[in-house]
Amino acid sequence: MSKQEQHWEKSRGLLFITLAIWFVFSIGIFLFGAEMNEVTGPFGYPLTYWFTCQGSLGLFVVLIFWFANRQEKIDEEFGFSERGDD
Amino acid sequence: MIKGNFIDNLPKVYGIYTGGFLAFIIIMAIGEQMGMSKYAIGVCFVAFTVFIYALIGYLSRTAQADAYYVAGRQVPTVFNGMATAADWMSGASFVAMAGGIYFKGYGYMALLVGWTGGYVLVASLLAPYLRKFGCYTVPDFIGTRYGGNTARLLAVIVLTVASFTYVTAQINATGTIASVALDIPFEYAVYVGLVSILLCSMLGGMRGVTWTQVAQYIVLIIAYLLPVFWISNKMGAGFFPHFMLANEVARIGELEQQFGIIKNSPENLAMLKEATKVEPGEAKWVLSGITKAHSEVNATPWKFISLAICMMAGTASLPHVMMRYFTTPSVKAARKSVGWSLFFIFLLYSSAPMLATLSKLSLMDPTLPTGIIGKSIAEVEALEWYQNWNQAKLMLVQDFNGNGLLELNEFFMGGKAVVLATPEIAGLPYVISGLVAAGGMAAAMSTADGLILAIANAISHDVYYKIIDPKAETAKRLVVARVLLVVIGVAGATVSAMGIKQILGSVIWAFDFAMSGLFFPLVLGVWWKRANKEGAIAGMALGLLSGTAYLIYLEAYGGAEILGIGQATFGIVGASVSLVAMIVVSLMTTAPNAATQRMVDEVRVPSGKSILGKQH
Repeated sequence: MSKQEQHWEKSRGLLFITLAIWFVFSIGIFLFGAEMNEVTGPFGYPLTYWFTCQGSLGLFVVLIFWFANRQEKIDEEFGFSERGDD
Repeated sequence: MIKGNFIDNLPKVYGIYTGGFLAFIIIMAIGEQMGMSKYAIGVCFVAFTVFIYALIGYLSRTAQADAYYVAGRQVPTVFNGMATAADWMSGASFVAMAGGIYFKGYGYMALLVGWTGGYVLVASLLAPYLRKFGCYTVPDFIGTRYGGNTARLLAVIVLTVASFTYVTAQINATGTIASVALDIPFEYAVYVGLVSILLCSMLGGMRGVTWTQVAQYIVLIIAYLLPVFWISNKMGAGFFPHFMLANEVARIGELEQQFGIIKNSPENLAMLKEATKVEPGEAKWVLSGITKAHSEVNATPWKFISLAICMMAGTASLPHVMMRYFTTPSVKAARKSVGWSLFFIFLLYSSAPMLATLSKLSLMDPTLPTGIIGKSIAEVEALEWYQNWNQAKLMLVQDFNGNGLLELNEFFMGGKAVVLATPEIAGLPYVISGLVAAGGMAAAMSTADGLILAIANAISHDVYYKIIDPKAETAKRLVVARVLLVVIGVAGATVSAMGIKQILGSVIWAFDFAMSGLFFPLVLGVWWKRANKEGAIAGMALGLLSGTAYLIYLEAYGGAEILGIGQATFGIVGASVSLVAMIVVSLMTTAPNAATQRMVDEVRVPSGKSILGKQH
């Protein structure tokens, strides 16, 4: 397998992990919205309510930065990262 | 004071700008104490901020194609994040989102999840690859990846349908704010709004829009957060509302139990209709009552999830967002920049539910001095703020049961009032209301600029330059681009002045249109090498047509919802058809040639030259 193919395979793996986490917090948990709302979540808010106003939103922010860092590492590993600053 | 080039000095420039704006707020506050009129404060806020944006727009003027289309590809990640956040958060996000949460609760929160979750798709599936591609516009990617003018033209059509739906609402919002703040009729105010919008974008294109959007973000975020924190502290609800309102949320739940959430009977609603009757040509009342519990789950999983899916896929396909990531210096920067965008959006979105909570509790709780539910109707009608907002047709009380006391189901309010009136109800000085007007104006202007530019650039670059006259010189191209900018702006303003916004439907449709036609052609263009021109054409055309057909079936023929897919989520129909059509047609026709396959391989690698040249 060429270097390029290996790079793409790893990138695709990262994409799947990212999308899996995204799926859980944008879709998965809301399948159980009513049940989850009975539980007290962070800061004392009902759990589903908390996810809709802060939890999922904040998690997406963290997820994107995590994804960006991981992808950069993959690019560096195969020598595909760009030179120069960002 | 400022040496070296502009980009290196950005933190300093915008630091001074923010300081200056805060100083301006303080001067206005002092002016208010010294007896400055409310009207004068409102005019100063709107005029001062719009003047600054226009100045930035003028200073960013350019005669170069890459500066005009992609801001010279040198916008640093954090600043591009701010610009995207302003580009993204529309007048509706600013003015109506807290109101939507206030009245509809959980069912509406799907929009919050969708409008943020979409950025994960932007970051992981699209933005870095389109940046590597080096295109100027979204149809530029479609046209080059799939080849041929038909695909390019179809992408322009989908883009225009989606963005134009959205832009009229934005011009309308700038008109509404300008008409209130400057006290002029709406028909003229719309054009005042339009001129302000065009001042930011005409001379500098994307470069001008970028630097004004950063300035607009700073204004709108201060204008949103300052009142939320102030109200929370004034009510004694907690100095950091986001972490400290659990008791308030629980208290609203108790009060809802105590007062009872009652659906009004048809007779009551008929009474309400009678009370809000207007002469033809007069402004209409926009009112809702509380019919949903504040923090309870009041929508079925599918209703919530389907709406969230549409907003997420729509976010990833709306060109005015995507094209912001073409302006970063590198692929790496594009990825990071999506994170910053969402961070800056998060600051406002996570505050909207808190504002809704504070606003609701301050009106509902009889133990608070501002509480009105349970008080006598006469007492409420004598309140000064009630009279102001009643005159603005955003508040109304009705004594349905004739007991002389205000019940929860007898109080009606417009969704906008949550953002606009809560500072006044909580007893904040008027300067805050002026600030909120400036913030709303900034939010609507920044989004309108992004959208008008997206449409005009697509037509000037993809239709005029790439299809009609590929030999055109830069100067001529930029003249065409600017003329189109004005034409599209005027068209949007005319439609919104005619008040036929209702015909164009809601802003949410823009997401469904974009998702129907563009989501899969964009994503598969990067992620599926086998996708070819015929497949993309089928995907775009059939996606847009089937989505639109389903919408017409629902709206014009009153058809029954299929699988619980309503008018707000018709994109699910469009996108599904688009996906199937694209795969089937691609597989039935020949695979893309070797050159195209190589191009896709190159797009997947961040280093090396972009596919399209720096100037093209």
